[in-house]
Amino acid sequence: MARLELNQLSKRYGDFFAARDVTLDVADGEFLVLLGPSGCGKTTTLRMIAGFVEPTSGAVRIGDNDVTQLPAWKRNTGLVFQSYALFPHLTVAQNVAFGLEMRKAPRSEITQRVGEALELVRLGHLGDRLPRQLSGGQQQRVALARALAFQPDVLLLDEPLSNLDAKLRQEVRVEIRKLQQSLNLTTVMVTHDQEEALTMADRLVVMSEGAVRQVGSQRDLYERPADRFVAGFVGRSSFLSGSLETPERFRSAGGIAVACRPSTVAIGPATLALRPERVTVTPEAISDVENGFVGEVEFVSYLGGLIDLHVRLSPSDLVIAQIPNREDGFMPRTGDKVHVGWTVASASVFPGSGDDADSADL
Amino acid sequence: MRGALAIDSRKLGRWALLTAATLAMLYILAPLISVTWLSFYEQEIPSFPPEGYSLRWYKLITGNARFVDGLLLSVQLGVSATAIGLFVGVPAALCLSRFRFPGRETLNNLLLLPLMVPGVVLGTALYVFHVEAEIATGGRFAILGSTLGLLSGHVLVVIPWVVRLVLASLAGFDRTLEEAAQNLGADRWTTFRRITLPGILPGVVAGAMFGFVASFGNLEMSLFLVGPGRTTLPIAILQYLEWKIDPSIAAVSVVQIVLIGTAMLVTDRFVKISRVV
Ligand SMILES: Nc1ncnc2c1ncn2[C@@H]1O[C@H](COP(=O)(O)OP(=O)(O)OP(=O)(O)O)[C@@H](O)[C@H]1O
Ligand SMILES: [Mg+2]
Repeated sequence: MARLELNQLSKRYGDFFAARDVTLDVADGEFLVLLGPSGCGKTTTLRMIAGFVEPTSGAVRIGDNDVTQLPAWKRNTGLVFQSYALFPHLTVAQNVAFGLEMRKAPRSEITQRVGEALELVRLGHLGDRLPRQLSGGQQQRVALARALAFQPDVLLLDEPLSNLDAKLRQEVRVEIRKLQQSLNLTTVMVTHDQEEALTMADRLVVMSEGAVRQVGSQRDLYERPADRFVAGFVGRSSFLSGSLETPERFRSAGGIAVACRPSTVAIGPATLALRPERVTVTPEAISDVENGFVGEVEFVSYLGGLIDLHVRLSPSDLVIAQIPNREDGFMPRTGDKVHVGWTVASASVFPGSGDDADSADL
Repeated sequence: MRGALAIDSRKLGRWALLTAATLAMLYILAPLISVTWLSFYEQEIPSFPPEGYSLRWYKLITGNARFVDGLLLSVQLGVSATAIGLFVGVPAALCLSRFRFPGRETLNNLLLLPLMVPGVVLGTALYVFHVEAEIATGGRFAILGSTLGLLSGHVLVVIPWVVRLVLASLAGFDRTLEEAAQNLGADRWTTFRRITLPGILPGVVAGAMFGFVASFGNLEMSLFLVGPGRTTLPIAILQYLEWKIDPSIAAVSVVQIVLIGTAMLVTDRFVKISRVV
């Protein structure tokens, strides 16, 4: 395994940037997840690492080598395809052996390593089957074994779980993560499933429109989103548009003044983002909360353990709150007047008051 | 009551289907059966009912040098033309399906053209071309009537079949398999040999098979291209028919049918051609 570096990697199709100045540094043994909406360039980036898309500019380094100019077959990356791409005319064992054969490994070593790789994914007994005689989950594991058997420098996974049903996905998720940790594999995985990304990654990369928006741990992304896009994409946020009056006070378009933690955002048009679970909702006013408002419940959705509320604070300010559903708890109904509050530390402020995609993720 | 009726109508449907299928089969097989039957007739004039049965016509054709030589030439031609056709047609199909380049559509149509053009027209065109070429080169390019000239014509007949059928199987071939192979360390050629070729093999074999049959049975074009004293089997049959009609023609036909039928059955055991065509 080795370190992987992407340096200002770009891919342009005509005037359109599928990836733009992607710079990443994946440490030896690190599990990095590329996360982003559909079409943001995740697959393109992964394929540039594997050597199937030629970058317009920039460089890819694996270990100590610049592999930008190398063809795919000389890169020593193990790629697991979304569709698995198992060779239909070869048995499971032959599929797994393929990479070793290409490296001209001696017969005895191939047999041994294929056995080990299949054991690793707990398919040792199915070596003689053809891929079409396997279930989806088993095929997925064969694809993984095939990508690992020849000991690649980096493991690349393109939405490896998207073809599995929800339950299996959770199991395989844990399995891949454990395997990755025990073998100390440098891994880059692509997904647009947030939960998957959050549970598996050491570090996450949020991409949008071909560019990297933020790199960081789960906590970094959730609690200190770098921009409005990340705040809306990772987890949920309600957005209030308005402007920053002083470094510590935000005033919404609807006239609400919100105290917030001092930020580096310039005074002027700004957007405030608020996590739903940081918002408290009570029937009576609470005294010790820093930001307290009165609003009208506009929408209630009952999620079992949790209740989602849309509370209107002013004609142009809507806040989403997520409150626990307790036996003794209070259960607001549409039209109720409620008291809403949050702490100073709960809100993030971003420059610009664009109200374009404000309610996209409500 | 209603249940019985439903069963009845379903039975009826099944019977209708069976009858239609049998009729269609008969329509296809009747000529084959009657020609086979005829080939075992005792008497010379094909009349009904036969006076008796014998193998004399088979003996006669094996003693007939024109038939034997014709068969040999046709097989040689068919095999060589198929080999060359594969050599040209498979890469052509690969390029046509993989790359977008100017003139691609034109090339595609051009490669399929010999399938559309009537054999007589193709034969005339080649004949004229051979003559003109010979005149233009002052006799140095004397291909008219040579085996090479004949072979080049047959290659033209084979290519469209190979291209068509390989293109068809390439359309169903998953290209991520090739990427998977390259990711595992296979260069382009190894990828083709180990992954692509096995994937499109049914199309390649079917193309070879149909190309061979088209070449083997080709009469019209070959008529223009054979040299004196050298005839393919279809031409030998035609020439024989000009003089007399007797069951030996039937015997020759049966030999052809058995040859091609066996080849089809044997290849189908290894490669499921029926999946492509
Ligand atoms: N060969 C190509 N020619 C032109 N545009 C392309 C090409 N390949 C990809 N794109 C564009 O580049 C953008 C990024 O594509 P990419 O496949 O990397 O997205 P993605 O993030 O993997 O999306 P998804 O989550 O849907 O898989 C898309 O808008 C896509 O339309
Ligand atoms: Mg993708």
